[in-house]
Amino acid sequence: MSRYTFGGDEHVFVEVDEEMSLEAFFTSLAMTNAVREANIDGVTEICPANASFQIKFDPDKIHPQKMMDMLKEMEKTAEKQEAKLNTRIVEVPVYYQDPWTHETLMRFRERHQDPNGTDLDYAARINGFDSVEAFIKAHHSAPWFVSMVGFVSGLPFLYQMVDRSRQIQVPKYLRPRTDTPKQTVGYGGSFSCIYSVRGAGGYQMFGITPMTIFDPRQETPYLRDFMVFFKPGDIVKWRPIDREEYDAITADVQAGRFEPRTKDVVFSLDDFNADMDGTNAKLMEALYAD
Amino acid sequence: MPINVISSGIMTTIQDLGRPGYYHLGIPMGGAMDRLAMRAANLLVGNPEDAAGLESVFVGPELEFTEDATVAVCGAELPPRIDGEEQPTWTALSVKRGQVLSFDFLKAGARAYIAVSGGIDTPPHLGSRATYAIGALGGVDGRAVQPGDSLPLGKASGTARPGTSVPMECRRLPGATAKLRVLPGLYWHRLTEDAQRRFFEDTWKVANEADRMGYRFQGGRPLDFVPREQPFSAGSDPSNITDACYPYGSVQVPSGQEPIVLHRDAVSGGGYFMLGTVISADMDLIGQLQPNTPTQFVKVDMETALAARQERNTLITAIRKAIG
Repeated sequence: MSRYTFGGDEHVFVEVDEEMSLEAFFTSLAMTNAVREANIDGVTEICPANASFQIKFDPDKIHPQKMMDMLKEMEKTAEKQEAKLNTRIVEVPVYYQDPWTHETLMRFRERHQDPNGTDLDYAARINGFDSVEAFIKAHHSAPWFVSMVGFVSGLPFLYQMVDRSRQIQVPKYLRPRTDTPKQTVGYGGSFSCIYSVRGAGGYQMFGITPMTIFDPRQETPYLRDFMVFFKPGDIVKWRPIDREEYDAITADVQAGRFEPRTKDVVFSLDDFNADMDGTNAKLMEALYAD
Repeated sequence: MPINVISSGIMTTIQDLGRPGYYHLGIPMGGAMDRLAMRAANLLVGNPEDAAGLESVFVGPELEFTEDATVAVCGAELPPRIDGEEQPTWTALSVKRGQVLSFDFLKAGARAYIAVSGGIDTPPHLGSRATYAIGALGGVDGRAVQPGDSLPLGKASGTARPGTSVPMECRRLPGATAKLRVLPGLYWHRLTEDAQRRFFEDTWKVANEADRMGYRFQGGRPLDFVPREQPFSAGSDPSNITDACYPYGSVQVPSGQEPIVLHRDAVSGGGYFMLGTVISADMDLIGQLQPNTPTQFVKVDMETALAARQERNTLITAIRKAIG
């Protein structure tokens, strides 16, 4: 049973688990989907997170205790549901060790655990990799789940789809930076992220993607329907690219010619837990078919 | 016919009552920090309560009117002047074409709400004109107001009655020592009993880092945590949690040092524990706190929180009645 608590008189906060796991994430996603479908009068925000979620409501319309009781009832139903998701897999090009995040990380060296190396040097070393190249390969070899969207404008948090013993873990900066380039691919705890806008940040910086993921003007063709690209439950495959391809994709994005490679897939948590590498291989087949 | 911005003070933004519904994507509801003041200003000039106006922090703008209008300034005691002549706050004021609205020095509070008959008619984003600069939404092309801007106005309802005031007893500003009521919860259990008591005993002070995203407080004793092995993915600091959603008004205390209360432009989530949440009835007051204001957090239960919300709703009803 999850832990239920009030966030003032306008929020119910539900911690499914203290630890991150795909099981906790699936419960959070299933329950927030159930709340959305229930269409409860007075509910104004439905926010899934990694291993928890939050509902905002108008207490003039629904009493906080009643709101909490309804959620507890829904958990009973959600528990019985099969952890299966109709979702999509997206390929995101990443230029690792790019000059822009490098320039930024050098500017904030005194806020970092390892002032003499780069963020990637540090992450590779503390995770037991022989080289930065081997670490980068581990970062993009298996796919990732978007387990939360938030912090600021459409920023995805991603959780790697590998056994816990293979999870990369890297602490955040000792003190947050005041600057991070837009579309930086970052890392903190056991989560990757893509900074959707330029600004403050505490995650380690590994590279940058040329792909726009937040466009308030909605001029990007694949963001015409909505300004935010990612939603919880999306699966992401990082694809390493070099400077030449980064420049080419950037030009395509600016000209409105870029379309991210995307395929619809069905994901079953049971199948994944039974055979992680096999499930991931099938996802890759689906992504690169045709 | 627009308003011409001659100067914009320290920070003047277009705000309304915000854009709820996108917090799950990291887009906060935004809108006026002091919603009661924004509603009152709109009511005085005959606008719908959710029309867009200006929110000015500490220093007022200078605005030239190119048509006759009714204006009202509510919230902070930032006395308006029309062509240099001092005018009352919380009152519907007539401004003639060609006249300039400017402001005297701040007397009390932090944010003044300036409503103009017809409302500011910049293009809405996701259903609101509220400025959210981080996401480049609302406002003037996604940013704060700048000198040289022309702010378009909507059509006035014509129902404003210049001279009408909001009754004194309906005006709300924090006291010399601000009292913010907090419902403990969320990750409250992470604190030791001693720290739980200390948080409410100590008098805190508003820090300089106090803006639309959140207000930081200093000066209380540091808080300590119940020892535990940190859960997988939570991070090594005892104040870290597996990244989760942040309620509006939630009080996070990174490393147990300085509490931060998240406000209308909150970041929607992150990896710091929260000890509880400022109740909805007191959120407006935070927007009126100046740096260095002594602040006492007051522990309340849900019943008190809901009663306080009712009281605030009654206040809004009283304002509607007094003006209507």
